[in-house]
Amino acid sequence: MASAAVDRYLEQFSTFQAELPGHGVDWLDRSRRGALDAFAKTGFPTPRHEDWKYTRVTPIEKRSFRIPERNGIEVQGADLERFGLGALDCEQLVFVNGHYVDALSRRNVSESGVRITTLASAINASSPLLESHLGRLADTTSQPFSALNTAFMSDGAVIHVKGRNGDQRPIHLLFLATSDDMVAHPRTLVVAEAQSRAAVIESYASLTEGCYFTNALTEIALMEGAQLEHYKLQQESPAAFHVATLEARLDSDSRFASHSISFGGQLVRNDINVRIEAEGAACLLNGLFMVGGRQHVDYHTRIDHAKPRGTSEEFYKGILDGRSRGVFNGRVKVHPDAQKTDAHQSNNNLLLSRDAEIDTKPELEIYADDVKCSHGATVGQLDERALFYLRSRGIDEDQARSLLTFGFAREILERVELAPLREKVTDALLERMPNAKQLREMVA
Amino acid sequence: MSSQAQDLEHLVHREYEAGFVTEVESDTVPPGLDEDVIRLISSKKREPAFMLDFRLKSFRHWLTMSEPVWAHVRYNPIDYQAISYYSAPKSGADGPKSLDEVDPKLLETYEKLGIPLAEQERLAGVAVDAVFDSVSVATTFKDKLAEQGIIFCSFSEAVQEHPELVEQYLGTVVPHTDNFFAALNSAVFSDGSFCYIPKGVRCPMELSTYFRINAANTGQFERTLIVADEGAYVSYLEGCTAPMRDENQLHAAVVELIAMQGAQIKYSTVQNWYPGDEEGRGGIYNFVTKRGDCRGDNSKISWTQVETGSAITWKYPSCILRGDNSVGEFYSVALSNMRQQADTGTKMVHIGKNTSSTIISKGISAGHGQNTYRGLVQVGKGAEKARNYTQCDSLLMGDKCGAHTFPYMEVKNPTARVEHEATTSKISEDQLFYCRQRGISEEDAISIIVNGFCKEVFKELPMEFAVEAQKLLSVSLEGAVG
Repeated sequence: MASAAVDRYLEQFSTFQAELPGHGVDWLDRSRRGALDAFAKTGFPTPRHEDWKYTRVTPIEKRSFRIPERNGIEVQGADLERFGLGALDCEQLVFVNGHYVDALSRRNVSESGVRITTLASAINASSPLLESHLGRLADTTSQPFSALNTAFMSDGAVIHVKGRNGDQRPIHLLFLATSDDMVAHPRTLVVAEAQSRAAVIESYASLTEGCYFTNALTEIALMEGAQLEHYKLQQESPAAFHVATLEARLDSDSRFASHSISFGGQLVRNDINVRIEAEGAACLLNGLFMVGGRQHVDYHTRIDHAKPRGTSEEFYKGILDGRSRGVFNGRVKVHPDAQKTDAHQSNNNLLLSRDAEIDTKPELEIYADDVKCSHGATVGQLDERALFYLRSRGIDEDQARSLLTFGFAREILERVELAPLREKVTDALLERMPNAKQLREMVA
Repeated sequence: MSSQAQDLEHLVHREYEAGFVTEVESDTVPPGLDEDVIRLISSKKREPAFMLDFRLKSFRHWLTMSEPVWAHVRYNPIDYQAISYYSAPKSGADGPKSLDEVDPKLLETYEKLGIPLAEQERLAGVAVDAVFDSVSVATTFKDKLAEQGIIFCSFSEAVQEHPELVEQYLGTVVPHTDNFFAALNSAVFSDGSFCYIPKGVRCPMELSTYFRINAANTGQFERTLIVADEGAYVSYLEGCTAPMRDENQLHAAVVELIAMQGAQIKYSTVQNWYPGDEEGRGGIYNFVTKRGDCRGDNSKISWTQVETGSAITWKYPSCILRGDNSVGEFYSVALSNMRQQADTGTKMVHIGKNTSSTIISKGISAGHGQNTYRGLVQVGKGAEKARNYTQCDSLLMGDKCGAHTFPYMEVKNPTARVEHEATTSKISEDQLFYCRQRGISEEDAISIIVNGFCKEVFKELPMEFAVEAQKLLSVSLEGAVG
């Protein structure tokens, strides 16, 4: 499927391939080349593809983005303050325009149970972990954006968790964008060994209001009994394109929680795919998006119950204002062997304006009989009676609306276990409301 | 577990009760489809020019289309040139005036199916427009209905006698360009039913049609058109069974319902076509387009279906809620046993203000059956205060079957309230235990539980059908559980 846009990426690859980390390493070259060939074949997805029915990526396709220089503009301490997790005692790795910046990062080298390296340095050190795990979960043949990421990935984080004790410090990966018209393909790999525990936070933020393109891919492998909490906070520039894919594979009795919060971006697409590959694994998908203006946010989640006794819970909420559009597609597939599966999903959406639109599609595909599966989806507006109640107690209409909207979102926020992060997300949510200050006092 | 094995054995050896072939000489067009065949069908039926034009433009459009592949079903490709597009029982050529003139063999056929036509007239008070293959052979109660101005006749008759009504409404709900199978139907449809209820008339009886497919290799392309004028009410019943065949038979029907201001149409279906044998050989391909248009304010269209037959069911009875305050309803029980595949559901398109829709879908999968609910609820920008409630529950029996739910919800109006709920489970051990410890056999207990599971839908069926549906369900499920 030849198109000008595809050619542009192919050209960019031939120009830059020598500069990509690991150039000359056989397995990596093959993997990049294979992904690029697949991308050349599929091209960008179109609405004719069921998974892209409601999301057109033509704006991304039309624009050309450059691969940024290693040193972008100077990032100030105050900027880190804004987007960092100062209150949280954590490992913090900062990436500016896709490249790791050591001077801005906060690392505690003595940490024993976990080994954190940047992708570039892991590749250069020919880490055996990479060869055995990188690209094993990503679907580069039918997912064009995963293919692009694999071809172009130059930095990101490689997290190897071994520790069995539960008091490890959370790991925060902060991806900052500082310049317009650039593209970054951040890549994260998390391998959690048997019985280990960790929390990983990915934040995406920007110091520019302009248009750029983030195409992130995260692969997570949980071994037997491992526990991982994954958080994603997306606060890209209002003009940015953000495509992110998360692929997780769960071994027996492991537990995986994904919390995904999406506020920014002009065109946002999130794919979260979880495969329960062995008995007794559990997963929680928790998510919230709040958009306005002409924003478009699309969440596609997929949980594959491939083995018995797995449980999955999914809670997603969307708040749409202005002329924004939201898409939710939650798929749960129970494979023929996966008896005793317990899967529940819910998706609730709040339409705040006349011109907002939501398209939701919870899907169940079930091939085993001894299972309990349910899903529910709702679309509605604020409850007139609740509004009346608040107004009868002297709260003005705008405030009452904000208060009820906040109440709607709160259920999702309360599932965020790390308290400082929960506060950060709550703040970010309140900031997006018209009367943030008063509201903060009311809900404090 | 041995009792379960025995039950399965029992199921495997149970033959399709309605499977037999009636030997009646048929007037059949050789297989194949081109413009000449369409002209031939049209001339055989002595149709006016507008009908031929409609058929030809549909055929030309059909040629540009390709068969849809998105449904969750699998089947071997259909050779559309191997199908004969017209078949009429010869003895019916002169048109019987009363039941006495009907070929006794046909009557016998209905007898075997438990549809005694002669008795039905007296006992059930139902006017039956019986369709044997493609041409109506008997229409009862017509005069009684005519007294009130109600037109209820075969489609061919309507084309002859009320061409202005047919021309006015045909293809206005399901355009000839709608989808692959609808386009094919529009080109070649042979017969079906036509019903018109004039302003303010409440149809005094349930109207019903029995469809049968006979004559080997004949695709059946039914066309039904029901128009309820302002303030009218009609309840329409459709039911079918088919004889046993080795080759797959295609059935691509189109049903169009039009409800004008304040009108109500209730459309009920019990579908029990031959599902194929336990290896999935044979059976009917049921690719149907059914759509109702609530054209006027305060109108209501209600679909109720019990789908237990067919090898493949591809069917989405839909409502276009155009008029303000109009109401759409969809109640469905779909059962897939053996190798049956069902991809069925509904579309509720909210356009008018204060429109509301209810969807209750119950899917039962057993054996190697695959049951899919696929539904769309669309709320347009102007559909102020639209309301939808959807509930789809699936029951799984056995570990080789599948149950799938693909609901689409597209909402463009903030005052809309749309709710969707779905559950999937097997018969709970607790419920079974409760029944068993009260001395109810396992089979009866399952039958009770399944009937309870479907109760919300059965209560929407007209009385005669509700009884038949319950019987059908327990027969279809016999021994399929463990």
